[in-house]
Amino acid sequence: MISIRNVSKYYGDFRVLDDCTTDVRQGEVIVVCGPSGSGKSTLIKCVNGLEPFQRGEIVVDGVSVGDSKTKLPTLRARLGMVFQNFELFPHMTVTANLTIAQTKVLGRSADAARAKALTLLERVDLTAHADKFPGELSGGQQQRVAIARALCMDPICMLFDEPTSALDPEMINEVLDVMVGLAREGMTMMVVTHEMGFARNVAHRVVFMDQGRIVEDAATEAFFGTPRSERAQQFLSKILHH
Amino acid sequence: MYEFDWSSIPRSLPFLWQGLTVSFAITAVALVVGILWGTALALMRLSSVKPLSWFAAGYVNLFRSVPLVMVLLWFFLIVPQFLQNLFGLGRAADTRLISAMVGFALFEAAYYSEIIRAGIQSVSKGQLAAAAALGMTYGQSMRLVVLPQAFRNMVPLLLTQAIILFQDTSLVYVSALADFFGAAYKVGDRDGRIVELLLFAGAVYFVLCYGASYAVRRLQQRMTP
Repeated sequence: MISIRNVSKYYGDFRVLDDCTTDVRQGEVIVVCGPSGSGKSTLIKCVNGLEPFQRGEIVVDGVSVGDSKTKLPTLRARLGMVFQNFELFPHMTVTANLTIAQTKVLGRSADAARAKALTLLERVDLTAHADKFPGELSGGQQQRVAIARALCMDPICMLFDEPTSALDPEMINEVLDVMVGLAREGMTMMVVTHEMGFARNVAHRVVFMDQGRIVEDAATEAFFGTPRSERAQQFLSKILHH
Repeated sequence: MYEFDWSSIPRSLPFLWQGLTVSFAITAVALVVGILWGTALALMRLSSVKPLSWFAAGYVNLFRSVPLVMVLLWFFLIVPQFLQNLFGLGRAADTRLISAMVGFALFEAAYYSEIIRAGIQSVSKGQLAAAAALGMTYGQSMRLVVLPQAFRNMVPLLLTQAIILFQDTSLVYVSALADFFGAAYKVGDRDGRIVELLLFAGAVYFVLCYGASYAVRRLQQRMTP
């Protein structure tokens, strides 16, 4: 589904991504983790072309992301993305947030878009908030709306960029529950997160990054059992203590 | 001692009112065209296409570096002849109102574009990324997501600039166009009551502009609870 081959990215002389290679297969859930500044958010943003990269190739469902002939909007419409800071549109109601791209990008009728939006709001348990504005919701609720907004586009894959990092602790689980549900249904997911419990529960593979490199790329049990690299061991020992 | 005689004001009210409508018309046209053209300039200035960005920067810096009254004179003296030649109008055709509107619109656009540029930049980059991630094109992201938020943030500034614009319309006196100030001056000149008429005109400008800025302040308070 997603194939990342030898991708490097530079800001001037500084190398943010260094020769990254990995795959996400259909129906697979992979968790990308690593210390801050390791390039994990940059990598996931390269997948839908929000960040350009200078070397290597990323192919999503047969479409090369870096190819200048690729229509990025068309590709992005097929990939759902959830951001750390939710990025709901504050000047629209929750329902409008869910319908706008359906009507303007996919060309669905207003009725069809609305029906879809209400189905997905029900799924994230926010039907009662359909006519509110994002500013009236808690962080956890906003992030669930953001997930529903992405799902409205019937994505072939979901990208999550630290979806719980901006949340108060008591709201993290309501968002993770939705993500676990998605994973169990067989959604293809690439998730940048520090939530190791989530990784252990639902991830098929864990990719560990440090200083722009993919240091470890292993099946979940193997990663948590015996990480081979010293950096990954250090990282886990720090993060699992809490 | 000078004796005030206000009697020429009531007699001239229809003429003065007509002048006021000219002031309002110039303000309205310059406001609408200025905001539209200003938005286009702001988008060009922020564009990654270098020539567009340079053009917009040059335009804005040019108009912000010359006095408004001079721009009005250019448009009063040079552009009308050009238009008359272009459309084959007779020498007698009065293009003063049109040239004043065009001059103001082009001049104000430079100021509006700076306000609008700041407004666009005040919307977080993440909003643009979120819109793009949903498959929107750059144009759709701007039109549906960024600009509505930018304009909401800018409304008070845009209205304040409109009040300044309304006051500045009095500068069309250089083209002898009878806007409100010009009309008042003409009446005063005709009746030998220039002091009364200028005081009256000043009072009207004050009431209108102070009232409008009070309304803007109230609006601003309501928008930021």
